[in-house]
Amino acid sequence: MATVMKKTDAVIVGFGWVGAIMAKELTEAGLNVVALERGPMRDTWPDGAYPQVIDELTYNIRRKLFQDLSKSTVTIRHNTSQTAVPYRQLAAFLPGTGVGGAGLHWSGVHFRADPIELRMRSHYEERYGKNFIPQDMIIQDFGVTYDELEPFFDKAEKVFGTSGTAWTVKGKVVGKDRGGNPFAPDRSDDFPLPAQKNTWSAQLFEKAGREVGYHPYNLPSANTSDSYTNPYGAQMGPCNFCGFCSGYACYMYSKASPNVNILPALRMEKRFELRTNSNVLKVNLTDDKTRATGVTYVDAQGREVEQPADLVIVGAFQFHNVHLMLLSGIGKPYNPETGEGVVGRNFAYQNMTTIKAIFDKDTFTNPFIGAGGNGVGIDDFNADNFDHSEVGFVGGSPFWVNQAGTKPISGLPVPPGTPAWGSKWKAAVADTYTHHLSMDAHGAHQSYRQNYLDLDPNYKNIYGQPLLRMTFDWQENDIKMAQFMFDKMAPIAKAMNPKYMLGSPKNANSHFDTTSYQTTHMNGGVVMGEDPKTSAVNRYLQSWDVHNVFVIGASAFPQGLGYNPTGTVAALAYWSAKAIREQYLKNPGPLVQA
Amino acid sequence: MSSEKTNSSRRDFLVKSMTLIPAVVVGGSSVGALGMVENAVAAESKPHSAPDQGEWTPRFFNSDEWAFVKAAVARLIPADERGPGALEAGVPEFIDRQMNTPYATGSIWYMQGPFNPDVPKEMGYQLPLVPKQIYNLGIVEANDWCRQQYGKPFAELDAAKQDAALSQFESGTASFKQLPASLFFSYLLQNTREGFFSDPIHGGNKGMVGWTLINFPGARADFMDWVERGERYPFPPVSINGERA
Repeated sequence: MATVMKKTDAVIVGFGWVGAIMAKELTEAGLNVVALERGPMRDTWPDGAYPQVIDELTYNIRRKLFQDLSKSTVTIRHNTSQTAVPYRQLAAFLPGTGVGGAGLHWSGVHFRADPIELRMRSHYEERYGKNFIPQDMIIQDFGVTYDELEPFFDKAEKVFGTSGTAWTVKGKVVGKDRGGNPFAPDRSDDFPLPAQKNTWSAQLFEKAGREVGYHPYNLPSANTSDSYTNPYGAQMGPCNFCGFCSGYACYMYSKASPNVNILPALRMEKRFELRTNSNVLKVNLTDDKTRATGVTYVDAQGREVEQPADLVIVGAFQFHNVHLMLLSGIGKPYNPETGEGVVGRNFAYQNMTTIKAIFDKDTFTNPFIGAGGNGVGIDDFNADNFDHSEVGFVGGSPFWVNQAGTKPISGLPVPPGTPAWGSKWKAAVADTYTHHLSMDAHGAHQSYRQNYLDLDPNYKNIYGQPLLRMTFDWQENDIKMAQFMFDKMAPIAKAMNPKYMLGSPKNANSHFDTTSYQTTHMNGGVVMGEDPKTSAVNRYLQSWDVHNVFVIGASAFPQGLGYNPTGTVAALAYWSAKAIREQYLKNPGPLVQA
Repeated sequence: MSSEKTNSSRRDFLVKSMTLIPAVVVGGSSVGALGMVENAVAAESKPHSAPDQGEWTPRFFNSDEWAFVKAAVARLIPADERGPGALEAGVPEFIDRQMNTPYATGSIWYMQGPFNPDVPKEMGYQLPLVPKQIYNLGIVEANDWCRQQYGKPFAELDAAKQDAALSQFESGTASFKQLPASLFFSYLLQNTREGFFSDPIHGGNKGMVGWTLINFPGARADFMDWVERGERYPFPPVSINGERA
């Protein structure tokens, strides 16, 4: 028998960015809020304290802040003819665990979504015709526009203390020749902080990009360029480019995290309670499955605990959200054969292509210097900023040098043909390390009928529940786009006059490789939209089926973005919170009539 | 190893005095002042004595295994004209110490069956073996293979034969009975690189010889005044415990 706790107004599953934002918004609205985080307590001290945190082996190599796969993981297969096998060791993607979630160890690249990517299908059909989109590509509109989300992008940037260079503010050009991005949508206000300084690598990329004829801009970075106090009174210090950003907690209080930017305010809030080591098993429903009554979780001692609540916010990492919906029986599971069902649908990822340039011994790039969100990008081939009619694929890629700090165990490139060990290898790494840079085409990834999530029939987590199964592989569109982007990015690399260039795009034989890091930007599975036949939650992130359940995160994206997702995840959380505060609480029920 | 007392007092000093201050300040100079750079290098380049070798008593490996590990890492990253190699850097100690961590027991991985090791390599590691077992089984197999080929265990071969054997482990052309030779080799090589380039706090990279080789500054972790410069970073590495190379 589960222990039953005192009922609360709202329970939040997961305490990363979404959990923290929703906890703040809902306590501000006067609600009592319990947040359940399955991982341990984490914060700048001790998890990010200097000098202990400057330890590549413990953090990036042994994965200290990431999900503990021994408790739960996913299984993966390339197509439905195969038996999925477990993702046993972290590699291709690195979900977080613990207070702050992936928001504690993310890099800090903080974008707004490109406006056309929020209405992807409509835009492509309008510009290129309905037949342009391949039949098995099931891209959709988000159901919310850039203009609607703009105030929430702005709010998130102010909470995060984001550094950047605006292009236009209220229609007035302010960022020309200053590092603004001419492809960026209009803003209601400037970034709270000016852009960070640029590494030498980013400067080389900027110069080369301009020479080739593109439009370099400063990446928006949730790493501070100066001291900052956010609207919650949380204080940040200026980033010193220590190079230990992605995979680490920030000892400088410079990288935005739920722990640094929101938790200090929540700690003073009597209506808020955070319970760690609390792994939610399912959302409990009434017998007729129209309303949630709360959640059941397992505490640190292994006891089952029931937390009754009027409102359930599912705010864990993308695939955990999908998993919890499937385990709880909320929304009809997707069936790839019939195309019916919504939970598990539109699973998408990111379509990356990387080129490394190795220079001679007189060019020093000092790759140990860096900040996770910092760098220079070009958007000439992102979104629909270039004519797609002749290229034969959907989607785009920003290109950038984002030198986040390359460390020696994981980041020693060598010239082609170098052996993997011995004196020749040793000489090569010594001659190369401080003389190389890496640039990425951070490609958008489209959703397809055949890429989806469901429950695995063979493998279980430590709680005896079926693991989530990913059926996922690269499709023709992804390969075409990767090859196009490689061809467009290579001239920038060549313009830098490197001694060697490393890298190659995907080819027709490329399959999703679970063994090498790509990004942790997984999308979809509990997609938002305007039609309950093709979305699991409505435009306010509210379940179509169970009106007091809101599912927030990149799980709501109908396809992957060219940019990193966190800025859009945060904006959607604020957008949903406003709808809950101003509409739902006054009149609980569906916010959109199906 | 250097005395525990020195290490902890150094660490205390760092923690107490430098909560948000760059590590470079430890040298008593300010990086803000460019004129100080040469002085800072001079002050920090005091000679350090060669690390003590051979005193580590392995806690995990038996004597045959220990002889293999020492001999193998010395070939994977050899001492040569570019400086000390993995053996001098204490990599055997590092690997032995790693064998007593959750990593080596596989407890940070999903290790529930059924196991299906024959799936394509893109699906990732699918064996039931954890690093401790990979070393135990792999070293026996490697020595057996060397005895068959050359009549002696690995550690007793000359350098050329050791390199030839490692190449065949790497490519998988050497056939092991209990696990793929290339799998064993990949763990050995990865752990050797880890031991050569991780902070000395983990037992390897003694004297920060790995970092010195590639000009990685270790735990300095403040480049506010270097971020925009395309020139050689002049400061030698420091470790978490405050040692300087």
